[in-house]
Amino acid sequence: MAIWLTKDSKVIVQGMTGSEGSKHTRRMLAAGTNVVGGTNPRKAGQTVDFDGTALPVFATVAEAMKETGADVTVIFVPPQFTKAAVIEAIDAEIPLAVVITEGVPVHDTAAFWAYNVSKGNKTRIIGPNCPGIASPGASNAGIIPADITPAGRIGLVSKSGTLTYQLMYELRDFGFSTCVGIGGDPVIGTTHIDALAAFQNDPETDAIVMIGEIGGDAEERAAEFIKANVTKPVVGYIAGFTAPPGKTMGHAGAIISGSAGTADAKKAALEAAGVKVGKTPSETARLMREVMSAI
Amino acid sequence: MDLYEYQGRDMFERHGLPVLAGGVATTPEEARAIAERLGGRVVVKAQVKVGGRGKAGGVKLAEGADETVARATDILGMDIKGHTVHKVMITVTADIAEEYYLSYLLDRANRTFLCIASVAGGMDIEQVAAETPDRVAKIAIDPIAGVDEAKAREIVTAARFPAEVADQVADIAIKLWQTFVAEDATLVEVNPLAKTASGQVLCLDAKVTLDGNAAFRHPDHEALVDQASVDPLEQRAKEKDLNYVKLDGEVGIIGNGAGLVMSTLDVVAYAGEAHSGVKPANFLDIGGGASAAVMANGLEIVLSDPSVKSVFVNVFGGITACDEVANGIIQALALLEQRGETVTKPLVVRLDGNNAEAGRAILNDAANPLVERVDTMDGAAERAAELAAAGLSRPEGQ
Repeated sequence: MAIWLTKDSKVIVQGMTGSEGSKHTRRMLAAGTNVVGGTNPRKAGQTVDFDGTALPVFATVAEAMKETGADVTVIFVPPQFTKAAVIEAIDAEIPLAVVITEGVPVHDTAAFWAYNVSKGNKTRIIGPNCPGIASPGASNAGIIPADITPAGRIGLVSKSGTLTYQLMYELRDFGFSTCVGIGGDPVIGTTHIDALAAFQNDPETDAIVMIGEIGGDAEERAAEFIKANVTKPVVGYIAGFTAPPGKTMGHAGAIISGSAGTADAKKAALEAAGVKVGKTPSETARLMREVMSAI
Repeated sequence: MDLYEYQGRDMFERHGLPVLAGGVATTPEEARAIAERLGGRVVVKAQVKVGGRGKAGGVKLAEGADETVARATDILGMDIKGHTVHKVMITVTADIAEEYYLSYLLDRANRTFLCIASVAGGMDIEQVAAETPDRVAKIAIDPIAGVDEAKAREIVTAARFPAEVADQVADIAIKLWQTFVAEDATLVEVNPLAKTASGQVLCLDAKVTLDGNAAFRHPDHEALVDQASVDPLEQRAKEKDLNYVKLDGEVGIIGNGAGLVMSTLDVVAYAGEAHSGVKPANFLDIGGGASAAVMANGLEIVLSDPSVKSVFVNVFGGITACDEVANGIIQALALLEQRGETVTKPLVVRLDGNNAEAGRAILNDAANPLVERVDTMDGAAERAAELAAAGLSRPEGQ
């Protein structure tokens, strides 16, 4: 078991014929993901060969779902077309849409999120600007490298891609049930809280690593949620303790404005909720190591 | 990107919002021309992207052209909280009877937009919000439905705007929302939104933040960037599509992925505590798949910062293969030499993840005396801080 993405997931790729889309389709297939096709209205009806696996191209997500039974879409289209691509996925009521694209205007993300809510929240959206979701040994939807860690019983949720990989690597001897990269944009679909709730309910996850970074108050809200709802051990890490206010640190959402969004405030909130917070990635890994060894 | 008040004012005017007649000047002579065009009494306002300019003496009234020139001369060049005043905005004055507040902004927590409105606007709005939160109305705005006539009336009612200004405020609320959407802003704020003695409602200030991600559909926004205030290294990095932020320390940082680089800044700052207090000199994310050329561009920018005494290259190979990164570093150093740049600053390189062993072997084989390999992030940060501290005590050029 894992959360949201299992070996039975059938994955399509929006933007499969583009350079990023085709590169990562090949990688996802190599990781054992059941990729069943892609979409591109201008190339509908064609097939694309990925090292011996011929994948059909469909005009729309709805058509791809009808023909293949797909239940996950990974979106690689450029930022100009991302809003339309996500809305198409929502209209098709696909259960999971993973939006990898970086640089999506926040008005577009707010609009597709509002659209999803207005349609009854039938599609779980992960991202945008995220590395995706990986359930090691089972399936991989996005760009998280599949071979860092085997399957195990740690769940991970993170705003940052490379920090996800770093922690996966440091804890590879324990392994992970599912790793979810939720992305570092100011507005995102799936939040820390959504992942914490899912890991809490997943019988195959024993403990949770939560990686946050400066900006916004998502970590503070996650801390409140943990206090009230999470009984599994949680170990946290926050990047950006020494970041100066007013400077955007790479992710559009990673900015300290006024007194809000600092790493210290987030760390304090998490610790008040009983979360052990590492000062560095390696200390975080050590804390999780202690937790797992005690289970 | 935060705009200056005059840029916001111009933007508001283009979207049909009521603003005061005025102009912007970079010299006292330009200020004279504006004062002569406007006639009578004017207000001269320092253009800085920081609050509290009124209390710092950056806002003055002037009667006629000569006095305007005198006030502009006083204010231009003034330092307000570390910001030098390069421009003043000059507008006609308004006879203010009441000050209100109106803004739209991104509500990250609720993944939507928010309108904040109050009849208790002006300089003390933050205090009002903290002490009497019921006097500040917060109204969620659906990104799809937006602000139509009905929503505007809801805002007017929620904030208890007086009946005699209701129509004007509703109209402004709609136009301000249109500005917010059309310009891809993440904040538009009017404080004060003023009622004049004659009963007219005007936007007397304009605070606008634009979404950089939306630049592709706003070619005109590029002109709003204040070139004079952009750090020259940041400008060069931007031209090379590198994500670089200048900081004020001594350890140059290059890494892949925003989160890892932020984390690297922290680890270096901690390590610096034991080494003369050295700190990170910059944030530089070279992203995934760093080619030799990208690494060379990054190294060139970091090394050209005179305050940098050592460089820490911290790469976790996810998609990126570490052998490619190692080749990139070696080729980058060779490339810099070809370009005639003599590299003298030590590099500490930590490679982990995908093909790390091969990458480390490449660095070993190259045996470049400037490049030192340390295989853990904490250890490498420690070494880079140590080398930077040693560099500090060495005279320049040695």
